[in-house]
Amino acid sequence: MLDQASTLAPARAAGDDIILDVEAACCRFDVSAPALSRLISKEPRRILRAVENVSFTVRRGTTFSIVGESGCGKSTLARMVVGLQRPTEGKLSFRDIRRADGTIGPPRVQMIFQDPYASLNPRWRVGDIIAEPIRELNLRADEAAIQQRVGDLLETVGLSRTDASRYPHAFSGGQRQRISIARALATEADFLVCDEPTSALDVSVQAQILNLMVRLQKEFGLTYLFISHNLSVVRHMSDDLAIMYLGRFVEAGPAEQVFTRPQHPYTRLLLDTIPDVERPNRERRPMSGEVPSPISPPAGCTFNPRCAQAADRCRVERPELRKLGNVEVSCHFA
Amino acid sequence: MTAPAAQPLLSVRDLRIVFDGRHGPLTALDGVSFDIAPGEILGVVGESGAGKSLTGTAVIGLLDPPGRVAGGEIHLAGQRIDNLPAEQMRKLRGRRIGAIFQDPLTSLHPLLKVGDQLVETILTHLPVSRTEARKRALDLLKEVGIPAAETRIDHFPHQFSGGMRQRVVIALALCAEPSLIIADEPTTALDVSIQAQITTLLKRLCREHGTAIMLVTHDMGVIAETADRVAVMYAGRIVEIGPVQEVTRRPSHPYTAGLMASIPSVHVRHEHLNQIDGAMPRLNAIPPGCAFNPRCGRAEPFCREHKPGLPMTGHAAACHFPLKEAVHA
Repeated sequence: MLDQASTLAPARAAGDDIILDVEAACCRFDVSAPALSRLISKEPRRILRAVENVSFTVRRGTTFSIVGESGCGKSTLARMVVGLQRPTEGKLSFRDIRRADGTIGPPRVQMIFQDPYASLNPRWRVGDIIAEPIRELNLRADEAAIQQRVGDLLETVGLSRTDASRYPHAFSGGQRQRISIARALATEADFLVCDEPTSALDVSVQAQILNLMVRLQKEFGLTYLFISHNLSVVRHMSDDLAIMYLGRFVEAGPAEQVFTRPQHPYTRLLLDTIPDVERPNRERRPMSGEVPSPISPPAGCTFNPRCAQAADRCRVERPELRKLGNVEVSCHFA
Repeated sequence: MTAPAAQPLLSVRDLRIVFDGRHGPLTALDGVSFDIAPGEILGVVGESGAGKSLTGTAVIGLLDPPGRVAGGEIHLAGQRIDNLPAEQMRKLRGRRIGAIFQDPLTSLHPLLKVGDQLVETILTHLPVSRTEARKRALDLLKEVGIPAAETRIDHFPHQFSGGMRQRVVIALALCAEPSLIIADEPTTALDVSIQAQITTLLKRLCREHGTAIMLVTHDMGVIAETADRVAVMYAGRIVEIGPVQEVTRRPSHPYTAGLMASIPSVHVRHEHLNQIDGAMPRLNAIPPGCAFNPRCGRAEPFCREHKPGLPMTGHAAACHFPLKEAVHA
């Protein structure tokens, strides 16, 4: 099994050197009622466990994807990685690397957001949007050099230099997402956290953006943390993959293996229920039920109420993530 | 697959919708023609701005000014409906044509219990007493798969999850047993596991009640799994229409072919996705001839001058040089 795994290892990526190391990260939100009302109605505190005990490593130059349904904690995890959200427990650490410009230090991290209509300031010209991080971080000595860099970046992402003087409203969704990518690259970023970067785009435009992202990864040796609910997009992009359910990883490992031999019932159901153009009339059972609330997750395995294989043990004892070959699975029956 | 019936339930001919703007009229829909047979699911697919939602809006008579129907006809079961007075159209809406929209939260009144909303709709359209209406509302909620419907009927929309809310909206659309439902992106706001539940439900209802559905979506996967026939729209026109299996497996229009090829697969990993370069033209800059010609690999000088027509046959493409010979021009 191990031998097979090594042949499946991604060929396109350079690195076995780890760039991000997440150890037992937890993020909990206190969503209790105000103290006084709690006292009067004798309610306990209510804690929303958005991310529970998540550990993974990301290798340099590869794409690590996190897949899950709304509310599973994938965006919270992304926010913790970029530092917009502090972990309640656990540790996230970036390793020092030799950056593209020769300096040594932790990678420069940038984020690409889902909605390109909301993430660009409508009152700023595109040139200023892209130049802002360069000015802020003093990456170029003078204005001419900044303008040169902005023009180069626009060409890198497939726009024209003259687009710098236009405003975001003059661009389509796909072009705006290209501007977001140019802005992220402006900092000479090494690590991009992409939170559903193509969900707001049409399929033909999505293909353009995904191809662009793959090209940029090869050209600049970028590392991606890719958040998505779209399994086909994830299959196309990922080297490694984690499936999240109610704040926990239920299955994680090399993408190829997870897709060809899914082991957790949730992963299997997800793969089975996505609408498929290639095999539209296959026998399939829609997954019953809905995602329970992360405030009061079910006892035992959190997936047990929706799982066809669930036994008594699943309702009592929570399965730990176990390593099966290269893949980690949290299921008693895997 | 439904064979084209003697009389189509919905028949749209040469529909043209124009928006009167400050810089002159913009043609948003140009010569759209299609039929829907009773009990058939017609998928309408296209990119944002292709005119797919607008087509649905026009059929249901909810086109807002400055948009207006500038030409063409819409017939529902033989009756012309595009020129009906507003009051008559209002009676027809809900009674004979139901609607399901993308966001279930905005389609429901937040301050009314779902039961009351259902009862109100039933009383508006059907000659029944309040008690009967409530019984019917309860039956509908059960039918669309809401667990513990007896208690849920007295809950407010915010007490339901997204998937359950969409089921309520479907129940609302079914209230008066319409013969046609316009479903505009009914699963787009939902998670994949819930999406499959809703499409299965729509298919079952369509089969059991003989309701025809016009399913508007940008998701080719949803269409492939739900629809009988599909119409692909581009820049305000239908570029290809036909049985869903044929269109997805053997696309005839270069745009459809490009669209299909740009969908990443869950089964195989490709190094590079096929992409259609460029973007759909804006309404004020639609190129002469075939609107797709600037992005088309097969375009000839002829395509830049002559607008291709869409033959009214089983599987047809509006293209001068289609990818397969099955198209009868």
